[in-house]
Amino acid sequence: MRTSLKEDRIPRIAVMTIASLGVAIMLFILYSLVRDSIPILAHVTLSDLLFGTHWYPTYDPPEFGMLPLIAGSVSVTLLASLISLPISLALAVFLSEVCPAILREILKPVIEILGFFPSVVLGFIGMVVIAPWMVMNFNIMTGLNLLNASVLMGVMIIPIVTSLAEDSLNSVPKDIRDASFALGATRLETITRSVIPAALPGLMTASLLGVMRAIGETMVVLMAAGGAAMIPRSIMDPVRPLTSAIAAEMGETPFRSDHYFALFFAGLLLLLMTLALNMTALWIESRAKRLRS
Amino acid sequence: MEKDKFSVRDLDLYYGSNHALKKINLQIPERAVTALIGPSGCGKSSFLRCLNRMNDFIPGCSVSGKVELDGSDIYDANTDLINLRRRVGMVFQRPNPFPMSIFDNVAYGPRLHGDRDRNTLRDIVEESLRVSALWGEVRDILHTPALALSGGQQQRLCIARAVAVQPEVLLMDEPTSALDPMATARIEELVRELRTRYTVVIVTHNMQQAARISDTTDFFLSGEMVESGPTQQMFTSPRDKRTEDYITGRFG
Ligand SMILES: Nc1ncnc2c1ncn2[C@@H]1O[C@H](COP(=O)(O)OP(=O)(O)O)[C@@H](O)[C@H]1O
Ligand SMILES: [Mg+2]
Repeated sequence: MRTSLKEDRIPRIAVMTIASLGVAIMLFILYSLVRDSIPILAHVTLSDLLFGTHWYPTYDPPEFGMLPLIAGSVSVTLLASLISLPISLALAVFLSEVCPAILREILKPVIEILGFFPSVVLGFIGMVVIAPWMVMNFNIMTGLNLLNASVLMGVMIIPIVTSLAEDSLNSVPKDIRDASFALGATRLETITRSVIPAALPGLMTASLLGVMRAIGETMVVLMAAGGAAMIPRSIMDPVRPLTSAIAAEMGETPFRSDHYFALFFAGLLLLLMTLALNMTALWIESRAKRLRS
Repeated sequence: MEKDKFSVRDLDLYYGSNHALKKINLQIPERAVTALIGPSGCGKSSFLRCLNRMNDFIPGCSVSGKVELDGSDIYDANTDLINLRRRVGMVFQRPNPFPMSIFDNVAYGPRLHGDRDRNTLRDIVEESLRVSALWGEVRDILHTPALALSGGQQQRLCIARAVAVQPEVLLMDEPTSALDPMATARIEELVRELRTRYTVVIVTHNMQQAARISDTTDFFLSGEMVESGPTQQMFTSPRDKRTEDYITGRFG
């Protein structure tokens, strides 16, 4: 007993150290985000910042209304989720429940490789393939727009959501499928009435992680979303999500200017959004655990 | 014990090249409890799964011979599997309720088979839970998660779930092996009551249990059915030497 306690101690201390280092870094990032976003509030009210519809940070006088950027982030994320989540979940169900083993051995690596695609390559495809195609077919001025970016982002999150969702379907015990079949259920009934409900918390977490990934994604929207800081009225309008505003503008803004502080504020907003989704995912998980024990 | 519910003839079962059941011939009487006993690995579970064709899901498993339920062969090509499994319910070794409410667990089968009316479902759920002697304990918590119940309660819930589709036969594969003695006693009591309505086939490796609850016993050994007969007779004057060795605890 005594020796094992002692032996336990070293790895424990190591783990604790690394974990608290991680937490410390997180807190430091949060602190510097907050520290550098507060000064903007001295010049612009919170409600003008959040609900102002004019983002003209380099005009004189500048305007820092972030609603177009927020709308850009939200619309790309929503549309990308709308496109990709149904596909991902269907793909996951197909892979884990329907697909013959051989096809699965082929499909899984293909999907995984899709997940390793550098986002800059996807953005490039958006610029040189999707955009011209859209201009030709939809009679619009530019193919760099909300739809283009959302499709690409959808492609980016499909592999993540699919593989997480498939894991959660696979972790549904065989017992439960047997119980369903033994009651006279068909394969389809077993999937829809017992396997999917049993995996639901996992499927929701997988989807949320995909959405989180979409909110934070920068390169694809920077390249393919068109970059106009306007509230989109159609899916063919160009948008400028928070991430692309930060990436595009941070390099050209004077250190500790109002614009600089405003971009930090945009970063804080992004962090809060992902944090909220993360908390939701954790909550779903803990609730599911409670139901299970 | 007027007639036989199942009549099994020359049943062979292979898992790939593993000959797991060899030329099994036996009758299972209607509205009685039949116990299948034998050492672990002798093929009891495999045999039980032949009776509702749950073996169909096991890759590499092939079955030949006849399994007649009320005179018609369930391995016939045009057997309706859904109807078969509705008539022949199953309770598994480990309690396996769905991760949903108690009510939804019991209503699962009836809903599959088209019962949608809320009042009808409520009646079926109550009746099934009464049959499985669980109603008194759960009547006020029907809409709470089934997985919050104790192991013994979960197993009785699984019995209720099987009963809810009004089967004629209940197959039980070591239903008490994961339970404590108290919960086991309750299930045994329940099985004895079930006999008045259902044909029960129960696998057990506990010979006292077989002796306590069954009317007929079949002794399996290494994939063969060694001896079959009224439980009383089997335990007091077994005909086969191997049966005697097994029930007197010389191996197993
Ligand atoms: N799903 C399976 N796949 C392959 N072999 C199996 C499977 N289930 C059982 N077997 C084999 O069939 C034989 C009988 O097993 P089983 O029917 O589980 O016996 P029992 O229930 O009496 O312990 C054993 O040799 C076992 O290894
Ligand atoms: Mg067994």
